[in-house]
Amino acid sequence: MTSFMSNLSSIGPEVALTVTALLLLVGGAMRGERASNLISWISVAVLVGAAVFGLKSAGAEPAQVFGGALILDKLALFAKTAILLSAALVLVIGAGFLQIEKIIKYEYAILVLLATLGMMIMVSANDLLTLYVGLELQSLSLYVLAAFNRSSLRASEAGLKYFVLGALSSGLLLYGMSMIYGFAGTTRFAGIADAAQLDASMGLVVGIVFVLSGLAFKISAVPFHMWTPDVYQGAPTPVTAFFASAPKFAAIVLIARLLLGPFADMMVQWQQVLVALSVLSMTVGYFGAIMQRNIKRLMAYSSIANMGYAMIALAAGSQRGLEALLLYMGLYLITTLGMFACILAMRQSEGMVENIDDLAGLSQSRPGLAFSFSMLLWSIAGLPPLAGFFGKLYIFLAAVDGGLLWLAIYGAVLSVVGAFYYLRIVKIMWFDDPGPSFVTPAFVLPLTAGVAAFFMLPGAVWLLPALERWAQAASASLF
Amino acid sequence: MNALPHILSLITFLPLVGALILLVFRASARGEDADVIDRNAPSVALATSLITFGLSIWALMDFNMADPGFQFVEKASWFGGMSYHLGVDGISLSLIVLTTFLMPLCFIASWGVVKKRVTEYMVAFLILETLMIGVFASLDIVLFYIFFEAGLIPMFLIIGVWGGPDRVYAAFKFFLYTLLGSVLMLVAVVAMILTAGTTDMTVLLDYQFPVGMQTWLWLGFFASFAVKMPMWPVHTWLPDAHVQAPTAGSVILAGVLLKMGGYGFIRFSLPMFPDASHTFAPLIFTLSVIAIIYTSLVAFRQTDMKKLIAYSSVAHMGFVTIGIFSMNVIGVQGAMFQMISHGIVSGALFLIVGVIYDRMHTREIAAYGGLVHRMPVYATVFMLFTMANVGLPGTSGFIGEFLTMIGGYLVNSWIAFGAAFGVILSAVYALTLYKRVVYGTITNPKLNDINDMVRREVITFAPLVVITILFGLWPSLVTDFTGPAVEALVEHIATIAPAMQ
Repeated sequence: MTSFMSNLSSIGPEVALTVTALLLLVGGAMRGERASNLISWISVAVLVGAAVFGLKSAGAEPAQVFGGALILDKLALFAKTAILLSAALVLVIGAGFLQIEKIIKYEYAILVLLATLGMMIMVSANDLLTLYVGLELQSLSLYVLAAFNRSSLRASEAGLKYFVLGALSSGLLLYGMSMIYGFAGTTRFAGIADAAQLDASMGLVVGIVFVLSGLAFKISAVPFHMWTPDVYQGAPTPVTAFFASAPKFAAIVLIARLLLGPFADMMVQWQQVLVALSVLSMTVGYFGAIMQRNIKRLMAYSSIANMGYAMIALAAGSQRGLEALLLYMGLYLITTLGMFACILAMRQSEGMVENIDDLAGLSQSRPGLAFSFSMLLWSIAGLPPLAGFFGKLYIFLAAVDGGLLWLAIYGAVLSVVGAFYYLRIVKIMWFDDPGPSFVTPAFVLPLTAGVAAFFMLPGAVWLLPALERWAQAASASLF
Repeated sequence: MNALPHILSLITFLPLVGALILLVFRASARGEDADVIDRNAPSVALATSLITFGLSIWALMDFNMADPGFQFVEKASWFGGMSYHLGVDGISLSLIVLTTFLMPLCFIASWGVVKKRVTEYMVAFLILETLMIGVFASLDIVLFYIFFEAGLIPMFLIIGVWGGPDRVYAAFKFFLYTLLGSVLMLVAVVAMILTAGTTDMTVLLDYQFPVGMQTWLWLGFFASFAVKMPMWPVHTWLPDAHVQAPTAGSVILAGVLLKMGGYGFIRFSLPMFPDASHTFAPLIFTLSVIAIIYTSLVAFRQTDMKKLIAYSSVAHMGFVTIGIFSMNVIGVQGAMFQMISHGIVSGALFLIVGVIYDRMHTREIAAYGGLVHRMPVYATVFMLFTMANVGLPGTSGFIGEFLTMIGGYLVNSWIAFGAAFGVILSAVYALTLYKRVVYGTITNPKLNDINDMVRREVITFAPLVVITILFGLWPSLVTDFTGPAVEALVEHIATIAPAMQ
């Protein structure tokens, strides 16, 4: 019993999230919609509190709890901090939107809490079963969130599409896991590692390919990306912001933990899968975005392309690669959330607008917002001196170091295509004549965008070394 | 003079400080105040650029000409092995001074001409100045790359916001062309960092990369510098960018941005990949001679003045690449001289087009004729720079072309034979342009009340005229300065790759 209690205390943030989510659910059921706002803010407080509390254990030695079902190391800590903070930020920047659109419901914040909990379990998973439980908790919460605007046909369609395809991917995942279990005789990562080291049998290879396919769905890697543009467009914008940020981070860290941990000795086998996924994702992501007029769809393709980039780092299969991945994803989170803050500010007097052309002349009507947005776009396009460039640089360093020179060249060339469509938004904001102007956005939106933009340039001088140090420490936990 | 600590950082970042001050004032201004800021922004920008120029002259005075190594070195480590590392030798300092010299002239030339979003315009140019100086001052390869590529952003905005009717197309073409070249260089940079284990350019300069690897690295850098230069056949972005850019943008584009390509070849390709440079020199010579002859012919057929000068720039850059890859002292010296001379002369020519464009709002050659009757001062200045562009002895244009042709001749006489056509053809197109615009009778009735240059314009041209003639008569002003560094460079190549000589 005492060991159970001590195990429980070491996953304090997760416990706090669970308890809060359940209590808030009860509270919401009793008080109804009136409590939505309060529940939202309590959730934010708990998320931030959990992140801060988690950071207090930063110096602790890596530990396995619950008999090895969960692992608590620097990688998990890094990922959890990022996930918790971005979930909190999503709640903050989305609050105004939901209120104005009159779709605020108390379940929203609770679902975000539960999804976050799922992600925290995912990044700590040290056992196939834990992995699956975390992933499903996250996914189920996200399915509901996607369809959460019940009166919108698009949102319902998005939710349904997401659920059906998500269920398919879970099936693939489970099938792969059963293969792995069958050939390794255990679901613990350590045991799988032993089996993989002993003999990279066909069963394990088939298993890992199926598992990868299932997980590729979660990071919307091509060819498992079909749902992404529709869901991004259909879901309410704050939910889209959530989809684009924390779950991507969690899933890619999970993939990293799986591939570089138990399957490290089978790198020859999985590397080619990752290279293929990466090439396809970058191609579809970058070229697909060119034709998009809707900014949320564009963000969907942008995230597909960015995941393709992240997989270059992963395919390198080295500590340098993991470090590059974490640095890149950290910057991706900040940029994406900043960009979604800008998108949430796109409101004219008749309501929200989502077309890129609605940004016309923003540099004259709202220079501050246009400036922040441009900085974020340049950063995600990977142009120096903005922080995004260093993410790309680290990925190239890892790729060339890992012998993936051609993949790096391909990614570099495709980033020019990416620059084209990011720049097109800049062009619309700066070169075109102003259209109908936006209503003054809630204070928090330009602030978020501004802070994110600050971290892309002047703040990068401090952010990058700090982020790099964390990423380095975190990546060391798998090697 | 006393050494000023951190003088390179000061020169590099002073324009940025000016830009930030303007930006802060502009961002906090509302209504009427915004107009006040817009009215005063040009003077702030001009003052900043003048102080920067003064500081660069100070550095020039302080510079030890006998020392071929890097001076005014500053170094502070950053993260991931990268460092903030600045330093200059004669090659880079002369280009820095060229930049700081042209910048105030750009601001004077834009005075009162730019009417929309004045503060933003000044801010963009000041940021661009910082980035351009940074390119020449960097001694860390990642830092170099950052400055090198970051310059695209302000230039993109300058062309796109303040450019002509087709500005969006031109801005994108400029950006994407250059970016495509740059990312390939980035991959090469990454490979170099991993092989040599450092980002320090002073170490990389002495690092001997395996010959097979050099080929690929050289090609990666070539992709970037050839586009930037620009070399035939990747020059097509330049005429579009020049035509659409505002006058000051064209001046900077021709005067400084193109020089980054040449600087890159001299700083990276030659000393770091000497074997590959020897291997690829024939390719460069071929492309350069084609560029010189072909683009001169193309220039002759242009109906737009700016386009004509843009094509002539491509031809003149052909001389630079010949000089650089002749890899002898006289050729590289000539290339350096040609770069500086071309920066001044083509900058001046774009300003000359700007003068009549501001009055008539057209750059069509056919719209002009007989300007000599109405604008005698203008006709004189135009004549001088036409001659400098042709390479008349006594102007700076002659020295550069002559030295690079000698450099080429020492390698292979056919190179000089081909390049010499450029001299003839440049006379053909430049003199034709001059004849059609300045001589003859006034046929366009609108020209009847065109005014001669005003004082502001005379002030802009005076320093350019003086420098063009001064360098033409006294070239050792430049060559003494770049000499030690160039000699060290050529010697360095000869010791590393002697077998190829």
